[in-house]
Amino acid sequence: MSASVNKSEEQVILEVRDLDVFYGQKQAIHSVSMQIKKGTVAALIGPSGCGKSTFLRSLNRMNDFVGTAKVTGDVLYKGQNLYGKKVDPVELRSQIGMVFQKPNPFPKSIYKNITWGPKVNGFDGDTDLLVEKSLKRASLWDEVKDRLHDSAFDLSGGQQQRLCIARAIAMNPDVILMDEPCSALDPRSTQGIEDLISELKRRYTIIIVTHNMQQAGRISDETYFFHEGHLVEFGETKQIFTNPSKKKTEDYITGRFG
Amino acid sequence: MSGTLAKESMAAKPVIQSTKASRRVSRRKLFDRCFYRLCQFTVLLALMSLVTLIGHILYEGISWLKIDFFLNFTSRFAEQAGIKAAIFGSVWVLFLTSAFAVPLGVSAAIFLEEYAPKKKWVEWVQINIGNLAGMPSIVYGLVGLAVFVRYFNFERSLLAGSLTLGLLILPIIIISSQEAIKAVPLSLREAAYALGARKWQVVFGQVLPASLPGILTGVILSISRAIGETAPLIVIGALSFVAFTPVSIWDEFTVLPIQIYNWASKPQEEFHHLAAAAIIVLLVLLFFMNFIAIYLRQKYQRYKL
Repeated sequence: MSASVNKSEEQVILEVRDLDVFYGQKQAIHSVSMQIKKGTVAALIGPSGCGKSTFLRSLNRMNDFVGTAKVTGDVLYKGQNLYGKKVDPVELRSQIGMVFQKPNPFPKSIYKNITWGPKVNGFDGDTDLLVEKSLKRASLWDEVKDRLHDSAFDLSGGQQQRLCIARAIAMNPDVILMDEPCSALDPRSTQGIEDLISELKRRYTIIIVTHNMQQAGRISDETYFFHEGHLVEFGETKQIFTNPSKKKTEDYITGRFG
Repeated sequence: MSGTLAKESMAAKPVIQSTKASRRVSRRKLFDRCFYRLCQFTVLLALMSLVTLIGHILYEGISWLKIDFFLNFTSRFAEQAGIKAAIFGSVWVLFLTSAFAVPLGVSAAIFLEEYAPKKKWVEWVQINIGNLAGMPSIVYGLVGLAVFVRYFNFERSLLAGSLTLGLLILPIIIISSQEAIKAVPLSLREAAYALGARKWQVVFGQVLPASLPGILTGVILSISRAIGETAPLIVIGALSFVAFTPVSIWDEFTVLPIQIYNWASKPQEEFHHLAAAAIIVLLVLLFFMNFIAIYLRQKYQRYKL
């Protein structure tokens, strides 16, 4: 639909300014700033415990549920500060989708997995159409169209994760956050998800956390390298992987630590 | 299966035997086998006593289970005595008690698990719910007598009895529902919140349905307990000689366990047979309820977590 959009006008959809995240006394994220362009795939990489998941969760305010977490700084989504006083985090989460590390479909039918989110947000259109559209976009339709009312738990791990992506898509979000979506999957399912991400990026902006550098290299346009809560380096994926400017980045990418 | 296990361990013994280490190994094997036998024995003992008990009751009472036994009220004459009033009373109590205790208990569990702040007073409430669950049932009878029978002037009505039993099982329902709610994984809640759901939507749309099998099991088991209770109802003055069926919650009543207690304490042999027959009915009722609990759990576990 809009492959040309990100080339012609590089519109910034998400801008982070000086974001700090604290868990109690411990600072997990140190003054991170970045700009994410619309219709791109941004990969957040770094060793485990570097804060990339924490950072991702502060983009749709999922950290609100961690009692001790405190966030300072600004996250501007289409120019509006997500941490502003008037912002309703619930409203916001319906516009920014999220896919989790382990596939976590609802203990309901495949059909209801898709429709639940839109319904609690007041959707009163044709649910059949919505289900078909969302599942098709997540390339799951052909596999499940004959058993939409079976339990989502009857699906394989890879299918469950694609269902979770379809569930996020059904909300028609602009941005989809993915927190290591393939880490619990086998290589074949992983490839399925990666293919899907490449397909989706024309329509959605995707921010993906991954500990798999090859994956970041394959699917992302831009790569952000995190280390110990700092954003060490970022840039075009190609450049980060072939010609990193910081020693730390190079060490991580060449597998010297992590 | 157990037999092959024992055989295998015997067959595997004579490889090298002379050293000290292998002697230690064979001693551990022996201990292993003894422990296995001990466990088997305890299970057998428990089963045997249950079988003996049920066998005895069946032997005593089965021939007294006739149609008339269900259709007649109790009587001075054992041949004419039946459990009509007790069955009606028990069914009334079953429904009234659940009507009070289930909504209250489940709501309390939802509040404590989902909404209660992590404050000292909540902790204190939690501990005391645990204490209440372990309280002897006669204490609930005394509370019921003081509050429902005397203070609210409900007298010896079905209402007073059911409220008392409702109080008795309330803590059990709260605790078992809490456990069921606690077992719902965080990932499910996160998935729901990430779709822009409000808290009540997450609770009623995801957490409750997911914990329903657990909640139902707890509810049914605690209601079975209420059905079998005698002491608190005797304290609040439920009758043992009732020759009518209650038609409203203000009526006096009796229940199966009280009827059993009454008959069993009579000197005449015939009444002991009657008591045994009534026990069979009560047991069947309880088995049936447990069966429903298992059925519901199976049914709702179609969408396993």
